[in-house]
Amino acid sequence: MSNSTIGSRLSKKKNSVQSHYDRPNTLSSGHRACQGCGEALAARCAIDAAYHATKGNIAIVNATGCLEVFSCVFPENAWNVPWMHSLFGNAPAVATGMAAAMRAQGKNVRIIAQGGDGGTTDIGMGTLSGMFERNDDVLYICYDNQAYMNTGVQRSSATPILARTATTLPNAVYAGNEVGTGKNVPEIAIAHRIPYVATASIANIKDLEEKVAKAINIRGAKYVHIHVPCPLGWGYPTSETIKVARAAVECGMFPLFEAEHGKVVGSTPIENVKPVEEYLRLQRRFAHLFSKNANPQAVEELQKIASANIEKYKLSGGIANV
Amino acid sequence: MSKSSNPFAIVDDAGTSRANKTGSWKTMCPQYVHRMPPCNATCPAGENIQKWLSLAQEGKIRKAWEVMVNDNPFPAVMGRVCYHTCERACNREQFDGAVHINLIERSIGDIALESEWKFETPKEHSGKKILIVGAGPSGLSAAYFLRKFGHEVTIYESQIKSGGMMRYGVPRYRLSRAVLDAEIRRIIETGVKLVCNKRVTHLKNEIDNFDAVYIATGAFMAAKTDIEVKGNSCTVIDAVDLFKKLENGMDMPNLGKHVLVYGGGNTAIDAARTALRLGAESVKIVYRRTINNMPAHKEEIQDALKEGVEILCLSCIGMIDGNNVLVNKMDYDEENDILSVSGEKDIIQADSVIFAIGQSIDEGILDGIDGIAVSEKGVIEIDKNMMTGAKGIFAGGDVVPCKRTVTHAIGHGKKAAKCIDAYLNGVEITQNVKPEVANFKKLNTAYYKKVARAEIQKNQALSFSESDISLTERELIGEAERCFSCGNCFHCDNCYGLCPDGAIHKAEDGTLEIDLEYCKGCGICASECPCGAIKMTS
Repeated sequence: MSNSTIGSRLSKKKNSVQSHYDRPNTLSSGHRACQGCGEALAARCAIDAAYHATKGNIAIVNATGCLEVFSCVFPENAWNVPWMHSLFGNAPAVATGMAAAMRAQGKNVRIIAQGGDGGTTDIGMGTLSGMFERNDDVLYICYDNQAYMNTGVQRSSATPILARTATTLPNAVYAGNEVGTGKNVPEIAIAHRIPYVATASIANIKDLEEKVAKAINIRGAKYVHIHVPCPLGWGYPTSETIKVARAAVECGMFPLFEAEHGKVVGSTPIENVKPVEEYLRLQRRFAHLFSKNANPQAVEELQKIASANIEKYKLSGGIANV
Repeated sequence: MSKSSNPFAIVDDAGTSRANKTGSWKTMCPQYVHRMPPCNATCPAGENIQKWLSLAQEGKIRKAWEVMVNDNPFPAVMGRVCYHTCERACNREQFDGAVHINLIERSIGDIALESEWKFETPKEHSGKKILIVGAGPSGLSAAYFLRKFGHEVTIYESQIKSGGMMRYGVPRYRLSRAVLDAEIRRIIETGVKLVCNKRVTHLKNEIDNFDAVYIATGAFMAAKTDIEVKGNSCTVIDAVDLFKKLENGMDMPNLGKHVLVYGGGNTAIDAARTALRLGAESVKIVYRRTINNMPAHKEEIQDALKEGVEILCLSCIGMIDGNNVLVNKMDYDEENDILSVSGEKDIIQADSVIFAIGQSIDEGILDGIDGIAVSEKGVIEIDKNMMTGAKGIFAGGDVVPCKRTVTHAIGHGKKAAKCIDAYLNGVEITQNVKPEVANFKKLNTAYYKKVARAEIQKNQALSFSESDISLTERELIGEAERCFSCGNCFHCDNCYGLCPDGAIHKAEDGTLEIDLEYCKGCGICASECPCGAIKMTS
């Protein structure tokens, strides 16, 4: 069957790790993530895939952030793999040290560093860039929920323009997060010409698993950036996490691509490109863009970004319904 | 502090978060449900279509056939003549075209015939005797189910051959007689006593020998008209008689070169296409209302038009004078369904006129039996258990109020058999509460890929050989794979794979279970279930 579900009873071969009855469940139940948390799902999928691809030979360093907070509340721990937390900004540096230690001991344990967008794009940027530049043998996974969620939804450098956060409230001057701000870390990673960079989404678990599995066995620095919608911070019903993630991919706001040694080598085409408005309307953080006095130009600014992505990463021939 | 004797700096044991039962957070609770697939909901024979499509997807053709014949002993026939309400209801119609259910049923039915799969003969005998009058789809279907229940069944059939309207109403080019005969034989082989050429004129004389009777005599009498016919140069015949003569190999009337058919139903279409095959040069259907109002099925009308049948709409035959047929043009007020003569007239040359304006039932059989009521519309009245006013006498198929299709008749046969069985055992039939229908809104179609629908391959030559061609086993499996599995889990593992809390367990055999101790009630499983088999309840 050609359906894009997680598994299928008809074709066992191409099923995802997440469909295996004996999948590793590296992030176990009882963690304290909010209902419908996209990050908790992405973390289990990504680490399960890495575990599967290395037969369990992994160790993880976690930056401070939602993921660290909800998965490790003393004296409970949700991880079923070696895992440690140090500081907000130093996960890549700690991972570098761990990778060196493993090499020195002659152990084939693959090292993963992971964090949210705050720990990655803001606070950990320096150590991350260092890890890239030295081409340390670490896979860094960023779970991007586009703001500081566990501290109360403050803006990060990954927050999209025009989004409302606690620190970018729409007012008479600004319609949310200022246009022209923000940082594209996958592109920054590509600019370091590291062996592998990829983006992934929880709307496409098979693709996510394939990218992580590929990355974990490459020697050198790897970066995987995963888009993880947050019901609390973005303002949508908890049941719509995957729907929102899918909408982001289908409009081009979150392009899925891979890059090797500084060059984009592939992207996942969008079958039917949707207008960015469909994605925005699902979320309260963009609701002010559709209020009575809203400037229609604002949605256009976001559409420009999506359209530019579609062109740059060759996601489709054209945009339907715009 | 963790009590374990872990090495230095290891604070917590792996997976100790499981002590935190996050299930207490939830306000909504997911639940696996079975919703009614729209195909099953509309099937007049009550087939579990989605179930057999699912088995066909797995390549289990024999099992699929067994599920099919659990509700319908005529899959190869039905796959040819059923008007497939299932396909019109199919949710896939709103996506990329309905699953070709009818064609799959036909193809599986054919595989069963080629492989000579048989029905089981009953092992236990109830000792009860049942008489069925009429070996049409309804009577044979009832016989099949009554045999399953272990009863002794006798069928009296007035015609030379069994099959009823399947033989005398459906032309050969739609249903090969080899297929029909084989599927009837399979039922008879379960131990049904079939007596053909035995017309029951007075049912009263027969009933004492039986514990129950099922009247399934159909509607074989052509409706009468008061159209004046002058002279005898034009052959005037009822469609029913024409089909009967053709099937029984009797003297055929000469239809000539130019044939008119009067009526707008499926019988009219069948008569017109039959006339073409008998060598007519021109065949025109004369119908009172517009083409959109014709009761005949759209596909049949299209096939007839393709073969060269002409349809004269808004026309009524006024008089047949030699070879001149007077046709009155009509005005039709579609909103209020009012027909009136427009005043315009036309004369059409015809060598023969075939009437196909409806059929009625033969009430004679009921003489002398008290309590059986015939309604104003000329059909036998029955209660909800298909019993007539006379105790132990049941009726179904075209003799009772129904849509008069083979499928309805087969469904009636099944229901009547169950009712007769309950009656003989002195128990009440309990009606199952039907689950809600899984309509399109309950699905998440983001997970389905568009796949073109399998189309029927047709024999182009105009003959009495079957015009449609069945699918091969490989083709039918491919088409079955298009089924959305509406309302019933097809083990795609989305719920299991997408639960952020790992609160769904999967057993080695694929069985899924929701762990309410950890489920936070987010609802992702329900909204990402492609087929609508998970429901959130409060």
